[in-house]
Amino acid sequence: MPPAEGFWGKLSWAAIPFDSPFPMFASAGVALIIVGVLAWVVIKGHLPYVWREWITSVDHKRVGVMYVVLALVMLLRGFIDAAMMRTQQAMALNGPGYLPPEHYDQIFSSHGTIMIFFVAMPFVIGLMNFVVPLQIGARDVAFPTLNSVSFWLTATGALLVNISLFVGEFARTGWIVYPPLSELAYSPGVGVDYYLWSLQISGVGTLLTGVNFVTTILKGRAPGMDLRRMPMFCWTALASNLLIVAAFPVLTATLAMLILDRYLGFHFFTNEAGGNVMMFMNLIWAWGHPEVYILILPAFGIFSEVIATFSSRALFGYRSMVAATMGICVLAFTVWLHHFFTMGAGANVNAVFGILSTVIAVPTGVKIFNWLFTIYGGRVRYNVPILWSIGFMVTFLIGGMTGVLLALPPVDFLVHNSLFLIAHFHNVIIGGVVFGLFAGYTYWFPKAFGFRLHEGLGKAAFWFWTIGFYLAFMPLYVLGFLGMTRRMQQYDVPAWQPWLIAAAAGAGLIAIGTVFLVAQLYYSIRHRDALRDASGDPWDGRTLEWSTSSPPPSYNFAVLPAVSCLDAYWVEKQRATPPSKCHATPPRESFAPSLPRSWALRSSGTSGGLPPLAASGHLRRSWRLPGGTKSRMKYRRKSWRGWMVWIAWRAGSPPIEGFRHERRGRRRAQCARNEAHRRRLRLLDFPAERYRHVFVFLCELRGPRACDRRRPGSPSVVRSRPRCH
Amino acid sequence: MPINCQSTLTAPWTCHEGLLYPQGPVSAAEISILIDASLVMLAIIIPTILATLGFAWWFRASNPRSKYRPDFSYSGRIELVVWSIPVMVILLLGGVSWIGSHRLDPATPIESSIAPLEVQVVSLDWKWLFLYPSQGMASVNLLVVPAGTPVHFKLTSASVLSAFFVPQLGSMIYTMNGMTTQLNLMADRPGVYRGMSSHFNGDGFSNMHFTLSAVQPAQFTAWVAQARQAGPVLDAAGYRALSRQSINVVPYTFRAADPGLFGDIVMQTQPPGPGPEQSRLVNVSPRIGGDHAAR
Repeated sequence: MPPAEGFWGKLSWAAIPFDSPFPMFASAGVALIIVGVLAWVVIKGHLPYVWREWITSVDHKRVGVMYVVLALVMLLRGFIDAAMMRTQQAMALNGPGYLPPEHYDQIFSSHGTIMIFFVAMPFVIGLMNFVVPLQIGARDVAFPTLNSVSFWLTATGALLVNISLFVGEFARTGWIVYPPLSELAYSPGVGVDYYLWSLQISGVGTLLTGVNFVTTILKGRAPGMDLRRMPMFCWTALASNLLIVAAFPVLTATLAMLILDRYLGFHFFTNEAGGNVMMFMNLIWAWGHPEVYILILPAFGIFSEVIATFSSRALFGYRSMVAATMGICVLAFTVWLHHFFTMGAGANVNAVFGILSTVIAVPTGVKIFNWLFTIYGGRVRYNVPILWSIGFMVTFLIGGMTGVLLALPPVDFLVHNSLFLIAHFHNVIIGGVVFGLFAGYTYWFPKAFGFRLHEGLGKAAFWFWTIGFYLAFMPLYVLGFLGMTRRMQQYDVPAWQPWLIAAAAGAGLIAIGTVFLVAQLYYSIRHRDALRDASGDPWDGRTLEWSTSSPPPSYNFAVLPAVSCLDAYWVEKQRATPPSKCHATPPRESFAPSLPRSWALRSSGTSGGLPPLAASGHLRRSWRLPGGTKSRMKYRRKSWRGWMVWIAWRAGSPPIEGFRHERRGRRRAQCARNEAHRRRLRLLDFPAERYRHVFVFLCELRGPRACDRRRPGSPSVVRSRPRCH
Repeated sequence: MPINCQSTLTAPWTCHEGLLYPQGPVSAAEISILIDASLVMLAIIIPTILATLGFAWWFRASNPRSKYRPDFSYSGRIELVVWSIPVMVILLLGGVSWIGSHRLDPATPIESSIAPLEVQVVSLDWKWLFLYPSQGMASVNLLVVPAGTPVHFKLTSASVLSAFFVPQLGSMIYTMNGMTTQLNLMADRPGVYRGMSSHFNGDGFSNMHFTLSAVQPAQFTAWVAQARQAGPVLDAAGYRALSRQSINVVPYTFRAADPGLFGDIVMQTQPPGPGPEQSRLVNVSPRIGGDHAAR
């Protein structure tokens, strides 16, 4: 390790890519957008609102929305990487294309890292954040401030990855940084450091999320909702978070070992002194394979909700689905070795892990059949979410088949690391996870904001994404059979080029689909009045989140719903014949529910202040800048005790802060409950107009008929206090 | 009729390169497992896809003839069927997996009356070194083997993790520094096959291929004899020069090689490859450090 020299360590002007137009233009563009958005927020006077209601919010819905926004922004970044790779490979026959290897290697590394850690993960966690407490009839997650800390840790990781675009480089090792290539001897630059620190930070955030959601789901369910009455999405979220809790410490430990190798001269994975790359492979995939299921299980949950809702009928085989989900959850930890059958571990080892990997196809196959039989006997309404779901079922079957092929060791010996593998995992990640996330995004959007997304633009996005996906990735299966391996910056086999051009065209179609997604969001916001959903239940939903208003108040439910069966809200609606809905107040003009200040649960800004703090600390470490005060640094350098104290402080302070605010949050939630209770008893006098939806909800709980007299627009409701009692 | 695979005018599917045209017993067996397993699964998957599309179409909300069953959420018979179909498929494929893993394990020798040729393989940054211990010579980026003779490879890496792969002959295998892996392959008939590193190993990865020439045994003997006449000698100093990073190395042969070299690399008596040149350590910007050491 080269010693840090002077105040700036390894950092010099050479780290800024002045000579290379792509990163310069890209970072200039990003900087302009960031400055523009900030300026707009400040000039328009939104800063206090944004700061209080979003950045420092601990409301699970706000945090969830921020997660999804982060994921969508990073999706654009990751997609640009993908488009660059596809065009490079389409051009690079017998020549260098337009990206030299040093640049190309960073692009595929950052594409993988961003898409998994900063698109798929935040998107999944964001939807879980938004939906799970609503579905289980809770007022918030178990530890709301911790939740905000988790988000900001994730955002910090994303920030670091993006800083690497402009200052220095990103890893040139692939998104799983296999040593010894990622060791200091072979990757002396700062790229791997950026990777390690951004993943460590966001990984801690993800682990805290896991703890939070396991607790929320196990301890925070509404009265009467035992595990057998829990919606399918919550089951998959539970499985996914159990996997997070079990797997992410492995990632953190593995990366910590690599950090020790790179910074302190340890030899966990180096060539010399007994280091062993095989240990890294086993450890990283002991996290890496469960990670796949962390992503796909919630997507399965979304499909279960969407298919049942839009088929207007109960999910077929609920118990089978739960068994399959938990089966996958357990099996996820028994298959990691299939990522390196080609290491030469021996026939027995390969065979056992090969068979265990194929066994996962059983619960997954059962799920597919159960969705099939959920459609059977339904009345399918073709809105955008179910289009994504049917697209998923078809696409995922193909991806599942190629997955089973890859799980057969003799086949894997041929197609491992080839474009066949790339096609397979994009087939399951795009066709499974991404389609699921888009379905969930469209499905729950009206719940989050009170208006729907435009249908036509959504359908256009679906068709472009789906056709583009097939055009982009089916050729990669062929290329795998033609012997093309992954991560090639150039090649000299003419037979590959037509397929690569087709794949690039497919990426173009996906780009158009992405433009439609952005356009859909923009159009829907502009025309939100026309797309307004006043009912709170635009899709004729089945689960509790549809029983509250859209957007839900910060406390979700004024009175916690009592649950006596599966699909509680649907059953409640069925009981009322003819089904007549209670209409809550049309939400106010603003995007978000506006609540009395004292009710808004928020932290004192600690978590919002995290990203700059954490980013500066870890940037400093990447660049070997001597940080902090001189004496502290010296102390740290000198003694192990100093290091330990410092590490404990860095690692411990956000969670401690989280729990401290947690108590305040809980107190406020208690206030909310008390207030709702008192209001129910009509002990409190307050403007009826403002809390009308609470009352309407209370009416609703007493049965729809009670509410019929008080439909919105009827003068008695608008002007007078609702009479429930 | 020979097909010109180097021409862009050749339709891609006529070019007999790649996995689907196996040239050895290992790749042939692996491809047949791939095709058989695919057919077994397609027999389930195609009907399921059709059923998905069919159900979705028939049970559309606007179809008055479809029967609406809002509460049909359990059927023991259907559950039995949906669990047993994948279970049976996986039972079958599990058997295939077990037998195939053992018969096609890279370390399992190929049954043949002819004694196997020993080849030691070293992956370097970014080229391949092939040592022929019995013949006492070596080659870089060029592997010549007799057709119809099993070849037993012992593999290691001089620096980072790589993978040795000749698609038309079958199984790939990782090469790792300080460790040895084994692989058995055989070319059925003479031909020239692409070989490559199939695991990303740094900036020179895309150019890290080699040519595998399978020739008649007599030609092989002649090639060895000819190679031993000319070319440099691979000793410790020569190896150290070779282990420095370089790309696009033109194939060449060594007339003699240190017989203990492979063991020295595995036991790290020869230090691992040096990685990027020292000058690049301070050059933290990758965009500047793009020049590679000379060939």
